[in-house]
Amino acid sequence: MCDTCGCGDPESLVTIRKPGENESIMDHNRGCDDHRHEEKHAEEATHCHCHEHEGEHGHGHNHHNDHHHDHDHQHQNHHGHEHPHEHLHDHDHDHDHDHAHSQGQSRTITLEQNVLLKNNLLAERNRGYFVAKNLFVLNLVSSPGSGKTTLLERTITDLKSDQMISVIEGDQQTLQDANRIDATGAPVVQINTGTGCHLDADMIQRAIKELNPPDGSLVCIENVGNLVCPALFDLGEAHKVVIISVTEGDDKPIKYPNMFAESDVCIINKIDLLPYVDFDVERCVTYARQVNRDLKFFQISAKTGDGLKDWYQWLKTEAGTSV
Amino acid sequence: MHEMSLALNIIELAEQAARDANATSITAIEIDVGEIAGVMLDALEFSLSVATRSTLAEEAKLTLHLIPGSAKCKDCGRTFHLSERWAVCPLCGGLSFDILAGKELTIKSIDIE
Repeated sequence: MCDTCGCGDPESLVTIRKPGENESIMDHNRGCDDHRHEEKHAEEATHCHCHEHEGEHGHGHNHHNDHHHDHDHQHQNHHGHEHPHEHLHDHDHDHDHDHAHSQGQSRTITLEQNVLLKNNLLAERNRGYFVAKNLFVLNLVSSPGSGKTTLLERTITDLKSDQMISVIEGDQQTLQDANRIDATGAPVVQINTGTGCHLDADMIQRAIKELNPPDGSLVCIENVGNLVCPALFDLGEAHKVVIISVTEGDDKPIKYPNMFAESDVCIINKIDLLPYVDFDVERCVTYARQVNRDLKFFQISAKTGDGLKDWYQWLKTEAGTSV
Repeated sequence: MHEMSLALNIIELAEQAARDANATSITAIEIDVGEIAGVMLDALEFSLSVATRSTLAEEAKLTLHLIPGSAKCKDCGRTFHLSERWAVCPLCGGLSFDILAGKELTIKSIDIE
């Protein structure tokens, strides 16, 4: 079963490839080649065929016995920092506990573990790698069609002489975007998530090795076009940059608040179309500020080049100070 | 639907803990989901029902606790209920606040045999 959708379809597996590598891998996929299938599964770190490990973990036993006896204390400890709400639902837990004591058969293990812990740890590992290589890494998030790829093409071309940029592309299918970036001459790796709706830290860890960007350069990750799911998954980036185009609704920041809350920068794209649409920039900014007071805005047109100077200045300053 | 990834993470973490304790099955899993964690309870419940198949947690009773969002207004210092990531303080109209609760996404405990 695949980690993003739960289905068993091999076409939903995550693939990472560079432009030009498509043919052979896609043929494998179409033919459901066993070899390819296994290889890709083996690469899946977020994906655990745990049944293979049965019987190998006896060493953890005592540890968890301790946990069990200390249950009440642990509860208190863990809750210390997450205050008020905990009282509302705490009480249920101890009931299960009783039968654990009555017989060794059934017992409760307190985990108190963040579901996203694994991704967060991998993201921190990525962050360490980026720091070690002096990489300034941005995670570009938006709805499909807001102009992420066009903005990247333009940015890469305009800054070619003084800022090395490489790109990790995320899409469910195809090398279309990687090919567009490849045409600018920038190094690029495409992640296809299959049916997955977001990139995760493990995919980035694998892709960055494939990309192997030069030390001290700028790496842009173009996330899967989706204003919901990518908000939850830290990739290890320095900043999330959310892009909204004026052909969308100006109330998107409050309709999809998580993404705007998690981002540091908001780019309003396609401002050349403002005369033809009902988008109210001021209203959009006001809504976005309600969600995130610290959000920094750029109003641009990646097509005409309007407003890009400020964006480039920010990139250079940030890349210079972060790396 | 990122809930499926989350469900698979939950089952993986639960199975790991169960194996470490030499358990043969997981009979219950308790999960805290914050009101503003960006997770749909229904979608997570559905995903979990799929993700538990052929695992130690196949028969597990799943309990999802919704943790209400709460925030402390930076202007008046009072605490109010937060049902969205954005809000206006209902007490003073302030727009700036610290989120105290509601972002949880935690496996609280598992019951094993």
